[in-house]
Amino acid sequence: MSREVHNGPTDETQARGTPFSGDPHGGAGVETRQLDTLPLDTWHRSQGARMVPFAGYEMPVQYEGIIAEHLWTRENAGLFDVSHMGQLLIHGRNVDAALESLMPGDFRAAADMKPKYSLLLDESGGIIDDLMATRRGDDFYIVVNGATKHGDIEVMQNRLPGEVVVDYMKEQALLALQGPRAAEVLETIVPGIGQLGFMQGGPFSWQGHNLWISRSGYTGEDGFEISVPGTAVAALADAICAHELAKPIGLGARDSLRLEAGLPLYGHDLGLGTTPVMADLSFAINKRRRADGGFPGAMRILAELQNSPPQKRVGFEIDGRQPVREGALVLDGEGNEVGKITSGGFSPSLQRPIAMGYVATHLAELGTALKLEQRGKLFDARVAPMPFVPHRYHRKGASA
Amino acid sequence: MSLYFTKEHEWIRVDGDTATIGISDHAQEQLGDIVFAEVPEAGRKVSKGQEAAVVESVKAASDVYAPVSGEVTEGNQAVADDPALVNNDPEGQGWFFKIKLDNPGELDGLMDEAAYREWIKTL
Repeated sequence: MSREVHNGPTDETQARGTPFSGDPHGGAGVETRQLDTLPLDTWHRSQGARMVPFAGYEMPVQYEGIIAEHLWTRENAGLFDVSHMGQLLIHGRNVDAALESLMPGDFRAAADMKPKYSLLLDESGGIIDDLMATRRGDDFYIVVNGATKHGDIEVMQNRLPGEVVVDYMKEQALLALQGPRAAEVLETIVPGIGQLGFMQGGPFSWQGHNLWISRSGYTGEDGFEISVPGTAVAALADAICAHELAKPIGLGARDSLRLEAGLPLYGHDLGLGTTPVMADLSFAINKRRRADGGFPGAMRILAELQNSPPQKRVGFEIDGRQPVREGALVLDGEGNEVGKITSGGFSPSLQRPIAMGYVATHLAELGTALKLEQRGKLFDARVAPMPFVPHRYHRKGASA
Repeated sequence: MSLYFTKEHEWIRVDGDTATIGISDHAQEQLGDIVFAEVPEAGRKVSKGQEAAVVESVKAASDVYAPVSGEVTEGNQAVADDPALVNNDPEGQGWFFKIKLDNPGELDGLMDEAAYREWIKTL
């Protein structure tokens, strides 16, 4: 048996051919580089995790198995260690206006403690990273992707005015507790957490440690993201997993969950070659910013909003059972290449293959029949609505 | 009846001039949850080292190579219908295909079970 292609768990380190756990050759012949460890490294190993290189760290790809972990998260509560992500605190005079020179978000009108999705853009409107930014009083707390964090910090430091300071909170760990029972679990550890609305954050305390918790996540389920000092994260992870409804979940299931939720992954579905409009993320540019511009690549992005971009990110449903993965080509009825798959795999919840990718805008309409080509084999596919699995975010006033 | 293993983690169970081929327990464990399997049709001629079947887990797609040359006499429809069988019983009911051997001499030099189980400990 020999590995031919691989995808996921979730990161561009994988796309570069880094060894992964399913590689029966153990990545033999692949250059290894120095990997850092995260505060929960020992904890993951003691939980039976299989560790793989990811974003420059050794990280858990799975514990008992990706499908079981995926389904557990859809039904109960899954605990993810996402400490590889970069947590930044940006502060200084007129920080909100300064951030608007890097991103298309409305930071001036940003309400306190309400995380907003935004995008760090280059001068041609390409996506340097996608991120969550939350106003915390005079500061902005920003969470960026792990593999891109050092580059992001450099871009911010170079492009922000001198009086705006970027602090990298590298002593902080980050956990995500996701799933329909997440609030019930976390309430037993951090009482009052259930009062948070979806996309709302706040400071909390646990056994004398300061936590920053927001009701947000990357699975399409209700859930929380918890910033905790690295020195306390193992104790907190133990406390959460002591609850019978909570289990640790690896990066493999994180990838399949976000794919079902239709959420793009930087380095795969987003990159310097894609703009927010192409990526179907125009919701991240509000009316005022569309009217005023003033963000990198505004000319191109505003033109794309007006006239539609050449390509668009869409979902695909695929006939048969075989997964169609990143890198597969999208072909029209005449066999012309009209796009590319950027994420794809087998959906554990739907028990069928799903994918997302880019296709020429005139073929992006729902239901359009297209062919996908992977390793010389053709698959029948149709442009499908995303999310593939409906989001079940918490609505205030809805019963828990 | 004798059992052989390859360094590509296939097993070959030989009974007379027929060989049954699958992937080892170690291989299925490394692959993780298997979601797709494609097996060859009866009558197909395969030569040693040629791709004969496909196995895909949530994470990865792999080819299963023919470890010996011959004519396929049966593909295991049961693993195509229920790929998880490869996880559950890799060295039993989760076999992929059967071959009528062209040249039993090709089996020379393959590992026996004890040697294979020792070898994977070194990986």
